[in-house]
Amino acid sequence: MTAAPPRASPFRRRRRAFVDSAMTWLCGACIAIALLPLASLLFMVVARGAGAMSWTFLTHLPKPVGETGGGVGNGLVGSALILGVAAVIALPAGVGAGLYLAARGDGATGRAVRFLAEVLSGAPSVVVGIAVYALLVRPMHRFSAVAGGLALAILMLPMLARATEEAVRMVPRDLFEASLALGVAEWRSSLWVVARTALGGITTAGCLALARAAGETAPLLFTALGNAFWNVRPDQPTASLPVQIFDYAVSPYPDWQRQAWGAALVLLLLVAVLNAVARIATRARLPGGA
Amino acid sequence: MAAALGLVVAESWKLALPALHRFGAAFVVSAAWDPTQDSFGALPFLLGTLVTSAEAMALALPVGLGAAIFLSEMAPPRLRAFVRFPIEMLAAIPSVVVGLWGLFVLAPPLRDHVEPLFARTGLPIFAGTPVGVGLLAAGLVLAVMVLPTVTSLSLEALTAVPRAQREGFYALGATRWETVRRGVLPAARSGLFGAAVLALGRALGETMAVAMVVGNSPDMPRSLLSTGSTLASVIANEFTEAVSDLHQAALAELGLLLLGVTLLLSIAGRLLMRRAVR
Amino acid sequence: MRRLPLVLLLLAACHSSTQSSAPAPSQTLVNGAGSTFVFPLLSKVFSDYTRVAPAVRFNYQSIGSGAGIRQITDRTVDFGASDAPLTDEQLAKAPGLLHLPVVLGSVAVAYNLPGKPALRLTADALAGIFLGEISRWNDPRLAAANPGVELPDLAIAVVHRSDGSGTTAIFTDYLAKVSPTWAAKVRHGTAVRWPIGIGGKGNEGVAGQLTTLPGAIGYVELAYAFQNHLPTVELQNASGAWIKPSIASTTAAAAGVDLPPDLRVSVTNSGNPAAYPIAGFTYLLVYRDQTDPVKGPALAHFLWWEIHQGQAEAEPLLYAPIPPSVVEKDAAKVQSMTLSGKPIVEG
Repeated sequence: MTAAPPRASPFRRRRRAFVDSAMTWLCGACIAIALLPLASLLFMVVARGAGAMSWTFLTHLPKPVGETGGGVGNGLVGSALILGVAAVIALPAGVGAGLYLAARGDGATGRAVRFLAEVLSGAPSVVVGIAVYALLVRPMHRFSAVAGGLALAILMLPMLARATEEAVRMVPRDLFEASLALGVAEWRSSLWVVARTALGGITTAGCLALARAAGETAPLLFTALGNAFWNVRPDQPTASLPVQIFDYAVSPYPDWQRQAWGAALVLLLLVAVLNAVARIATRARLPGGA
Repeated sequence: MAAALGLVVAESWKLALPALHRFGAAFVVSAAWDPTQDSFGALPFLLGTLVTSAEAMALALPVGLGAAIFLSEMAPPRLRAFVRFPIEMLAAIPSVVVGLWGLFVLAPPLRDHVEPLFARTGLPIFAGTPVGVGLLAAGLVLAVMVLPTVTSLSLEALTAVPRAQREGFYALGATRWETVRRGVLPAARSGLFGAAVLALGRALGETMAVAMVVGNSPDMPRSLLSTGSTLASVIANEFTEAVSDLHQAALAELGLLLLGVTLLLSIAGRLLMRRAVR
Repeated sequence: MRRLPLVLLLLAACHSSTQSSAPAPSQTLVNGAGSTFVFPLLSKVFSDYTRVAPAVRFNYQSIGSGAGIRQITDRTVDFGASDAPLTDEQLAKAPGLLHLPVVLGSVAVAYNLPGKPALRLTADALAGIFLGEISRWNDPRLAAANPGVELPDLAIAVVHRSDGSGTTAIFTDYLAKVSPTWAAKVRHGTAVRWPIGIGGKGNEGVAGQLTTLPGAIGYVELAYAFQNHLPTVELQNASGAWIKPSIASTTAAAAGVDLPPDLRVSVTNSGNPAAYPIAGFTYLLVYRDQTDPVKGPALAHFLWWEIHQGQAEAEPLLYAPIPPSVVEKDAAKVQSMTLSGKPIVEG
């Protein structure tokens, strides 16, 4: 482009200035438009959710249809159980894959693993639900927290692997080499020196992955199903907050719709806490960084 | 990782086999979805997915790009940090909560005010009864959901453009907008394209929020006001209750189709992003 | 590194530690899934039954009758519930499955019109609306049966189920009986190909749409219409009488019905002049041969209680109790249930 001719006419210059400020305003307006739904959503969840919130709501089981009151205690415990199972499956696998990628990731295998992680992270969660249904639910003749946890773990894996790799790569290479120089085996160096230093980053990765998994609904419909009662057994159908929100939202009972907002508020707070922990963990472990 | 991906593909494939055998390639072009007749075709859902995603992209791309341009080129750095956080937060909000919002906050005014207005235009794409939920509402909800993806990935692509590129243009006396348009955007082109492709991938696979507002009918979409279904939403609705094996197989095959398309898009998007950032 | 999973588990546990009353570990959980039609009743019955058998919890997920049939066939649940009996083909895949009618319900046609005017529909008009042939409320075909009612110039929004449903099975079974066009074009089943309309998931979803959408018409189980204060249509039955859905008119639909040995039967479009035409049994589906030494007896004893004492729960929730002739046949079925070959409930 030949930007401005050396001597632009005043008219032309004014026009260019006008276009420039118009576009600035337009782009600024885009920010406003982008923030509008967020503001509305947060406002509604807090405003309507706060009305449903109470100690009873957090600690009680749902009431039979037609009776008002009751709570989502089973969903809270169930979500915790399913996420616990997911963490137990995904953390070792995901962090391990991340460590491997960071240490040896530059070869062909590393590239292939990284590629697979990226591909897997694009997989729709509902399809993962189908696969876990076929793998666990049907053959074992039961919906269970384990099945739900596995589905969530598959969704967490790529995120964990990539974030772990990034965290580990931020650890100075000298530290790793110093450990090697002391005669420590490569895998031990990787595990003890590097992983410990990168712990903050890995915690961040874990929290972010859990935060994402905590809100997943679709795969749980076919795997964990739901449960109207307390359940701490991983081999039983299990309630979860997101599924409860869905069930209550599409129900015709005003009391349940009210509770859907309440449960949404609880879920948002949970996700926010996990995100906050993720940020703090990174900041605490990397002095001066991030 | 490979095991996880292999497992997802293999198990869905196994489940989909009866439908693959029975319908073959005709599955993707058949409009019949009739569980009582055991006849299944993917076309209504493919179109439903296409329409809602296209709508979401049409809305989210300009807004997201505009927001990214503002943040990277125009906003003071303090504002940038301040605004970026809430936009990324939007990405962390669970789908089912966005669906709840769509169902109770977005759909009623759509039904009472916006859709009757559109219907009065007489355009065929706005034919039908305003009911609030439907393809239009689903597209809007999807737009809200992919907006953070578009914005933050575009921002990434824009900030990857070297400073020198901008300074050259300013030196020539170009205004800020001219610099953006002639200098920054062309340089960030493939990254922006990648952002769009990744956002599209996310829109296609989005399930719960869509299932809550799309109206869930297995018909061919007739207009934006009509109800419909997407690949993901029909699976969420029918999978646990598909009584015949063929019905379940057909749903699994829809899942495979969805998986295939989103995987292709995510690969393409990442390749483009990588080329841009390099 | 070793601390990490622990940290995260603690984190996950943190947000749940708010719950004070921990679940008793010794409880037996019997899992069931299916019909949303009967969910209001079952949720009440299971809640009350905890007083009879405190050590057993019946976890029932209302995900649709289609799901009830599917999941009991796959044996992913201990019992299913469906408003439609299994077809012969479906039954062939679930050998040894018993059908136990536990309650009679009716499908109300509910609507949302400004001012809530009373509404009568002939069988033809009802079929016409759901076929999409009648698309506006002021259609002359509707006016004929409703003299004196000012029907608005408003589009009709048909709401139907998006999931496999026994409510749909009963409703379409009726339409297929009264409308040759319906029988030829749409047929009947737990999920059909709707010519028109919006899908809602579950009776809950349809009722939800009906409460919020002016001009809507849909079919829901009577209790759902009642709980949501939805007006219901008065229908013309096979003898030409105008009948509102009620417990009495529902009971009448099953009076004198000829029960086959496997208890799979349709009671729609009854010839009884007092009968509401869209009614049906809800079945609990269980396997004759139980294998779990705890769950099997728990289930059989519950069923025995449900067909006897449990029937008292029906009327307050707008379901009709099953007639004595059905109770008798159900009892024989429960007595035929075995645990590893030995009968569970003595006569």
